[in-house]
Amino acid sequence: MSARRLLIFGGIALIAGGMLFGDIFAVFVLHQNGGQTGQALLDASEAVRAGNVLAVKEAFQRIGRLLEDHGTKVDTHVHMTDAGYLALLLALIQPYVALAPRRKKLLAGLFVACGLLLPVGIFLIHYAGLAYSPFTAIGWASVLADSAGAVLIFVLLAEASGFWNFLRGAGDACEAQLPDDRTWERRALMSSGAFLILVGFAYGAWYAAVDLYRHEAREAKILKEVLDTSSGGQGGAVVAVASYGSLAAERAVKIAAHSHVIEFGLLAMLLSFVQPYVDLSDRWKRRWVMVLLAGSAILPVFVLLELNLGLVAGGIADVGGLLVIIALIAMLVGVLRYSGRLEMVAGVAE
Amino acid sequence: MSSSRKLLLWGGIGLAALGMLYGLHHAIFVEHQTLDRMGGSLAQAFLSPAQRNTVDAHHAIDAYASTKYDYVRQVDVHSHWIGLAMVLIVLGVILDKVALGPRARMWIAVALVVGSFVFPLGVILQTVTRGAALASALAITGSATVTIGLGAVVWGFARSST
Repeated sequence: MSARRLLIFGGIALIAGGMLFGDIFAVFVLHQNGGQTGQALLDASEAVRAGNVLAVKEAFQRIGRLLEDHGTKVDTHVHMTDAGYLALLLALIQPYVALAPRRKKLLAGLFVACGLLLPVGIFLIHYAGLAYSPFTAIGWASVLADSAGAVLIFVLLAEASGFWNFLRGAGDACEAQLPDDRTWERRALMSSGAFLILVGFAYGAWYAAVDLYRHEAREAKILKEVLDTSSGGQGGAVVAVASYGSLAAERAVKIAAHSHVIEFGLLAMLLSFVQPYVDLSDRWKRRWVMVLLAGSAILPVFVLLELNLGLVAGGIADVGGLLVIIALIAMLVGVLRYSGRLEMVAGVAE
Repeated sequence: MSSSRKLLLWGGIGLAALGMLYGLHHAIFVEHQTLDRMGGSLAQAFLSPAQRNTVDAHHAIDAYASTKYDYVRQVDVHSHWIGLAMVLIVLGVILDKVALGPRARMWIAVALVVGSFVFPLGVILQTVTRGAALASALAITGSATVTIGLGAVVWGFARSST
């Protein structure tokens, strides 16, 4: 398997794995975790009213554990998916990286392996904690994640040096150019992807201008209300904690919509380059492209609608994510079936 | 390979490395400590009134909000630099398919690279001097430049399809 095919296969597998993890997290952990965090905050406000310092500390230890659980799982999802995107990007630039084929394969293998180890390390942070760690704040799982991240940076710099060699004419890239065809699948993925990214940029700008500072101010205000109502022995802490939960949900869905629409746009553009490596019939290729684009539109739209429609919209968004995963796995099967046709045509030895 | 494509590919690789280096530095030296500080402030905000000492509670909430303000922007810089780098590399591969002249493509590449660097830079500078007009101006100008550049690419694609 050439470096490019390894990066394409590993990249799609990492993206599919990261998305599957995200979907499982959204269905089985996200809402339950949010509910438990709200309950712990309510317990803390009750403890404040009762003047029970120990109970406050216990509630905050619980909140800390829940936030770490939530944060590391989100980071696992994001880092696995993004490592997959970077692997696909590196596959794209292989024809411009002038390094020896063996070195390119080694770099590709390192990138895919560490693209997996980085999120695995992040996932383990919550469970491994600081056990047997010589550091005060960083556990062994963090060390694993940080080391894998450092190797990813090293691979990126090595690829950059190969690109520099190519520009200086100091070596041969030993990799065939991708065919310059204009099939329906490639055009649909490219144009839809660019459009999705543009929509995501515009929505992100809108969020930063209208919501970001308002949300930050509201969070501090609500927390002060929780404290004031609890310490004054008044009712209303439940309402204030509920407001805090609503704010957290509003912020989460808006940021998720922004990031997912851009990531799906980028994914669509990247997959447009990969199509020559998908060994499926044209009819099935088109079907999987349509499934992927449908999922890419459904997920961010229904994530946003969760604010109005609640869990029904959340369920539809999860189905959107599942559609993208299914299309990705189908393309992955196509890549597996790929027989090395392009390399043979170009006369490049495997 | 055209100069505009070289610029986008170099800019993308450089920005990805910068974003990852920043993320590594943040993960090792900043994140855990910041999260501890955030959790400590919030816990202190609730502990103070429980001990019937309400004076410090609001200060602790303000400290929590201030730390979170920085934390959110630090994470945003990491994710936006890498995300924008990926967009730059993709556009670097396909820029010749955009139906615009070489000069226009060069301007688009410059706008995308400069905007992608400056936008997160403005965001992180907001944590250095809170409310600084220059930092906000950089972030807004950078994001607008990237959006206009990407809009031009989409327009060029549309022209090439017709």
